[in-house]
Amino acid sequence: MIRDPKDLQRYTPQERANHWVVGISFILLALSGLAFFHPAFYPLSYLFGGGTWARILHPYIGVFMAFFFVLMFLRFRKLNVLTKTDKEWLSRVGEMVDGNDHNMPEQGKYNGGQKAMFWASVVCMVLLLVSGVLIWRAQFELPIGLVRFGAVVHAVAAVAMIALIVIHAYAAIWVKGTIRAMWYGSVTRAWAKQHHRAWYREVTGK
Amino acid sequence: MALQSLDIKQRSATTTPAPSVRQTMEVAKLIDVSTCIGCKACQAACMEWNDIRDEVGSNSGVYDNPVDLTAKSWTVMRFAEVEEGGRLEWLIRKDGCMHCADPGCLKACPAPGAIVQYANGVVDFHQENCIGCGYCITGCPFNVPRISREDNKAYKCSLCSDRVAVGQAPACAKACPTGAIQFGSKSDMKDYAEKRIGDLKERGYAKAGLYDPEGVGGTHVMYVLHHADRPALYNGLPANPAISPLVSLWKGFAKPLASLAIGAVALGSLFHYVMKGPNEVSKDIEKEVEKEAEQ
Repeated sequence: MIRDPKDLQRYTPQERANHWVVGISFILLALSGLAFFHPAFYPLSYLFGGGTWARILHPYIGVFMAFFFVLMFLRFRKLNVLTKTDKEWLSRVGEMVDGNDHNMPEQGKYNGGQKAMFWASVVCMVLLLVSGVLIWRAQFELPIGLVRFGAVVHAVAAVAMIALIVIHAYAAIWVKGTIRAMWYGSVTRAWAKQHHRAWYREVTGK
Repeated sequence: MALQSLDIKQRSATTTPAPSVRQTMEVAKLIDVSTCIGCKACQAACMEWNDIRDEVGSNSGVYDNPVDLTAKSWTVMRFAEVEEGGRLEWLIRKDGCMHCADPGCLKACPAPGAIVQYANGVVDFHQENCIGCGYCITGCPFNVPRISREDNKAYKCSLCSDRVAVGQAPACAKACPTGAIQFGSKSDMKDYAEKRIGDLKERGYAKAGLYDPEGVGGTHVMYVLHHADRPALYNGLPANPAISPLVSLWKGFAKPLASLAIGAVALGSLFHYVMKGPNEVSKDIEKEVEKEAEQ
């Protein structure tokens, strides 16, 4: 059902499905991972059938997410190359956060913040995957020094990743008319013109 | 596995005090390496009392059998042939959990109550709460805990906590034919060790001494060593064991700080929304776009 035929397509069904496969995996990983991070979060392990089940499932979900994240990376990497305008946008992010985005530099499909978010997630995901392998005792037995290092890196990268995703989700909630892009793929023309004017011109020719 | 419940000094992944109304005497096992003859009665007594039989292994060319600690072999005699002053010395060390006062396993463990430390100093694993993550191995400065391939639970020497709870000495101490394994209050064991060290010094071992490493707050399994200046001679006994700084960072102050940081980001977002309001498409742009569409 198309509400307005003039709406612009922002994501294809494949892109959306890919995003949500990664998103759901990430939520499961964050919940089960936090359970091992601090006792305050241990009850989260009961969502997975208890501590032992959370311990068993967490790494498999991690490998699953890593695979789909690679696909997502391949889909979106070219759109996330940082440009001069993005750097200017990032240097003035304070105005944006303050709620006054009228004078922000014109943005393409993604703004500087979204691109920075993309690359930070890539770095965190690589760190999480590599360190996760190091501490996966059920599958690997590695030298203790590496395992200890892996445990620290995994925890640090996980905290950074969770914080990034909280910001990612909040940004989508904050900027009205955004979430529908990831649910059913389209955005209004006005939304595109306000937030991603260069992209708006590119797809509408106006 | 344990009988005690009122005298718990520390409990893994628990941020409130554990039941600790009952105070008990601090105990220790003293292993006098200089009087050990390597008979392995302690290994046999350990498997007898705990009623666990490891798989029969194969001869690896040395006396060590099994060659390493396993989930079913909680103590192993390690034989080292060392040349000292032109003489061969056969240094035999009974390896197993040291029952640290500051246990790295307990610090690293994420499962509430899977590892406890009693007021008497014994560090005990409660396998029914163990989730099999192996963080205890990551935390241990002595490489002691082992995860069973059968049930994925971690195992190690319990210092016969069940025997100690009812006033008995650990099975290994009971079985030792030469008195190389002594058990009693930690202060008595230190006194006894002093006598043994004096004796060893008289016999020419000038560097004889007690191994009760401070880096882990002292241990509740101590060694009398002829060469206390070089513990590494005894099959790599660490000279200054301590919880790795990486483990302290990971399971120490970073843990609450990082949790707070995540909470702050989430709450910060909420308050940003409340205070700044949503970022909505402006009416002007909506009108502009409508005009453009009509053209």
